[in-house]
Amino acid sequence: MQKLIYSGLIGAIFGLGIAISGMANPAKVLNFFDVAGSWDPSLIFVMGGALLTTALGYRLVFGAASKPLFDAEFHLPINKIIDARLIAGSATFGIGWGIAGFCPGGAIPALGFGGVSVIAFTGAMVIGIVLARALDGLRHKPVKAF
Amino acid sequence: METEFTPWLSLAGGVLIGLSATLLMAMNGRIAGMTGILTGIIPPFSTDWAWRIAFLVGAIVAPVIYLFAGGEIAYAVPVSLPLLILGGLIVGVGVYYGAGCTSGHGVCGMARLSPRSIAATATFMIATAVTVYVVRHIAEI
Repeated sequence: MQKLIYSGLIGAIFGLGIAISGMANPAKVLNFFDVAGSWDPSLIFVMGGALLTTALGYRLVFGAASKPLFDAEFHLPINKIIDARLIAGSATFGIGWGIAGFCPGGAIPALGFGGVSVIAFTGAMVIGIVLARALDGLRHKPVKAF
Repeated sequence: METEFTPWLSLAGGVLIGLSATLLMAMNGRIAGMTGILTGIIPPFSTDWAWRIAFLVGAIVAPVIYLFAGGEIAYAVPVSLPLLILGGLIVGVGVYYGAGCTSGHGVCGMARLSPRSIAATATFMIATAVTVYVVRHIAEI
């Protein structure tokens, strides 16, 4: 129960950070990338602040503890391969982000106040994940011999 | 559409995002990547779905409380509904294959100096910039 309360509070810090930073505001996100147009460099400060804080925070956490408070181990990604799947997937995500102005971390905290736009985007995004997962499952299934 | 340059507010928001990422690692030992957290509660649910839902509920409710408490959140969507849906579908497929998004790769992965995350972040930032240029200045949608 304690773990759930803390998870909710940590999510709240995340959501508030996203909302006030401008990451949940497609107008601001798209303007950040629109250097040739109505450029707004604010998002450099979001990324900079988040990166520096996390880099420092992770150092403190990994230096001070051998395991997290509510789990037996730190779950860090073990895949280190930079392959076509990673690059093509990331490029695809970038295209979608550039079209809609919402990324997953920006959209979820906007669900409570952003109205039909963000609900439509998030619904489509979930369908996209389900489709990709289904396609990937098909591709990875061994083909039965006749 | 012009937006106001907000360096201090954006920096403060960024620090909160970083604080959240740090706390999630200290408490649950997890990367604060929205793609990973969300994917775990899309059927079939991962076994540790409960903390994921708690995190998402917190992330959705906190801005609403902030607004009710008199805070302001700048928000405008200069994109049509069909393009939002198209963009959403593409983002969903992309983050699944790319195994992360702005929060997972861009913040948590880059903070760990993960080469995979640095490659992914560079790729999606370039792809997004090119897409915005094409949409706004070539196609002019």
